Amino acid sequence: MFSHPLLVLGIETSCDETGVALYDTHRGLLSHALYSQSEMHSEYGGVVPELASRDHIRRVLPLIRQILSAAGVDLADLDAIAYTQGPGLAGALLVGASISAALGFALNIPVLGIHHLEGHLLSPLLSKPAPAFPFVALLVSGGHTQLMEVNGLGLYTLLGETVDDAAGEAFDKTAKLLGLGYPGGPALSKLADEFVHSGHSKYFELPRPMLHSGDLNFSFSGLKTAVLTLMHKHEMTPDTRGAMAFAFQEAVVDVLAEKSLAALAKTGLTQLVVAGGVGANRQLRNTLCRKAEQIGATVFFPEFEFCTDNGAMIAFAGAMRMQETSDQDKRTDVFTINARWDLEMQGLCT
Amino acid sequence: MATVESHSSDSFLKILALDTSTEYCSVALFLNGEVISHEILAGQRHSELILPMVRQALGEAGLTLTQLDGIAFGVGPGSFTGLRIACGIAQGLAFGADLPVVGICTLEALAQEGGGGRIIAALDARMSQIYHAAYEKEAHGWQLIAEPALCSPEDAPLVPNGNWTGCGSGFDKYDQALRARYGGSVKRTISGLRPHARSIAQLAAPRFAMGGGIDPADAMPCYIRNKVALKEKER
Ligand SMILES: Nc1ncnc2c1ncn2[C@@H]1O[C@H](COP(=O)(O)OP(=O)(O)O)[C@@H](O)[C@H]1O
Repeated sequence: MFSHPLLVLGIETSCDETGVALYDTHRGLLSHALYSQSEMHSEYGGVVPELASRDHIRRVLPLIRQILSAAGVDLADLDAIAYTQGPGLAGALLVGASISAALGFALNIPVLGIHHLEGHLLSPLLSKPAPAFPFVALLVSGGHTQLMEVNGLGLYTLLGETVDDAAGEAFDKTAKLLGLGYPGGPALSKLADEFVHSGHSKYFELPRPMLHSGDLNFSFSGLKTAVLTLMHKHEMTPDTRGAMAFAFQEAVVDVLAEKSLAALAKTGLTQLVVAGGVGANRQLRNTLCRKAEQIGATVFFPEFEFCTDNGAMIAFAGAMRMQETSDQDKRTDVFTINARWDLEMQGLCT
Repeated sequence: MATVESHSSDSFLKILALDTSTEYCSVALFLNGEVISHEILAGQRHSELILPMVRQALGEAGLTLTQLDGIAFGVGPGSFTGLRIACGIAQGLAFGADLPVVGICTLEALAQEGGGGRIIAALDARMSQIYHAAYEKEAHGWQLIAEPALCSPEDAPLVPNGNWTGCGSGFDKYDQALRARYGGSVKRTISGLRPHARSIAQLAAPRFAMGGGIDPADAMPCYIRNKVALKEKER
C-alpha cells in the first residue's frame, strides 16, 4: 500500500478527545495516546465547546512527547504532520490545526488537514486482517450515521444517511432519559446486554424506523420518543429499565444491520467495514457478523480503541494522503479548519 | 507596515513575538534592541495570516527560528479563540525549534502601547463587561496597580487619585461610564490602541534575559473569564 517510508504524526482535536499517534508506512502504528475529556463534560450534561478547546491546548504537547518517547523517535525523524481539519467544533479544531501548522513550520515538513470522517472510514485498515478497496462502510458515531461505498482513497459515494439523529446520539439521548448520565451510550448497551443475560421476561417491542423505506437512509429520533412513551406507561423498575434499554438497542441494531446488508446487495460488494463509536457495540458486532456470514460477506471492525475518535486514524489517513498529494500542495503556512464539512461537498467523493 | 524602534536593554537577544488576541494579527522580531513589526486587520483570518507573517518577518531579518532565543505571545485576556491560536503557534514553533516561551498579558502590552506614566488598560469583554488592569511606568518596567480582572465598567476597580490615561477597546466603547467611575482621575484617553506584538516583544525581552522562559508545553492562554458554562447541578 505504501511505497515510500514515511513517519507521520497525527493530531485529532475535533471534539472532546485529544488523540495523537505516530504512523510509519513501513512499520505500522508505532505509538498512540488518547485523553478523553468526557468526565469533565459529564458534569455539564454534554460537551461544552469552549471547555473542550481549553482542555485540548493543555494536552497536545504532553501527549506528543509521550508518544515520541514510547516509540523511541525524535521530532526530527517526522516526515509529515496530519491534523483533523473538520468537521467538528471550530475552537477545538483550531487548537490541533495551529499546533500542527507551527510544528510543521519549525520542522520544515508538510502539514496536511484530514477529514475526520475519512479518518474513521479508513480506520479498519489499521487492523489485521485489513479489508482491501472496494468496500461498503457503515459509519456510526455520535455525530454521523452513513453508509458509504469506498472505492479507494478519496473515492467515496454516499449511499444513505440519517435524516435526523445519529445512532450514537440516539443512544446518548435515550440513555439520558433512562437516567444513565452522559454520554450514556456505552452504559445503555451494558444495561441491555445484562438484561438478556439475566433471563428476564419483561419485553417491549419498539418500531424499526424506516426499515422498509426502500432507500438506505435512517431515522433514529422517533425511537427516543417511543422510549419516553413507554416510560410514561410503565412503572420504572430495574427490570423495566433494562427491558427498555434492550428493546431500544435491538431496534437500532436491527435497522443498522438490515440497511448495511441492503447496501452490500445494492453495490454487489462483499466487504463491510464498520467505523465510529457505535461500532464498539457488542450486539451490533454480533448481529452484523451473523447476517453477513449468511450471505457470504465479511465484516471488518476497527480495534475497539480506534472505534471512537483517535489520533491513529488521522496519522494513517495522513500517510495515505501524503502519497497522493503533490509536493506543492503540501507546503503551505496557511492553515484552515472546516467546522462543517461534508465529504461529498468538498469533492472528496466521486 | 513595518516600524523600527530602538530599545535600550537586553540588546543581545533575538525574540519572535505574536499577538492574535483582537481582530488584529501582529508579529514582531526583537533584534538586538530593535523591533521590527507587522500588523494586519485580520477579522477572523488569523489562522491564514499568522505563519506567513512570521515567515516574512524572519525572511526580512535573514533569520531562521533556531537562531532565536525565544518566542513570546499575548496570553490574554482577549478573544478566546485568538488566544489559543497565538498559544498554539507559540507552542508549536517553540517545541519544534527547542526554544523557551514567555507569555505576556495583553493588558500590559496595551499599557506599553499607551506610552508611559499611569495607564488604565481596558479591553472590551462583551456582555457589558471589560477586562481591566492599571499600571504605572517605573524605571525598570510596569508596576501593577490593579490586577487584571473582569468587571462591568461601572464597577471597575478604583485607582489612587492622580493623573491617569485610559486606553484600549474598553475605553473606546465605555468612555463615559469609565470616566464617570474615575471622576477626574482619568485626564485623557487614547483611542484606537490595542495590544501589539511589538509591545509584547519589548516586555518579553527582559524576562527572557532573566531566564524567565518556560517550556512550550506549559505556555497557556490566560482567559480571565473562567466561568463559561453552568454545571447541571448549578442550573
Ligand atoms: N457500546 C456502545 N454502544 C452504543 N453506542 C456506543 C457504544 N460505545 C460508544 N457509543 C457511542 O459512540 C459515540 C461516540 O463515538 P465517536 O466516534 O467518538 O463519535 P463522535 O466523534 O461523532 O462523537 C457516542 O454517541 C457513544 O454513546
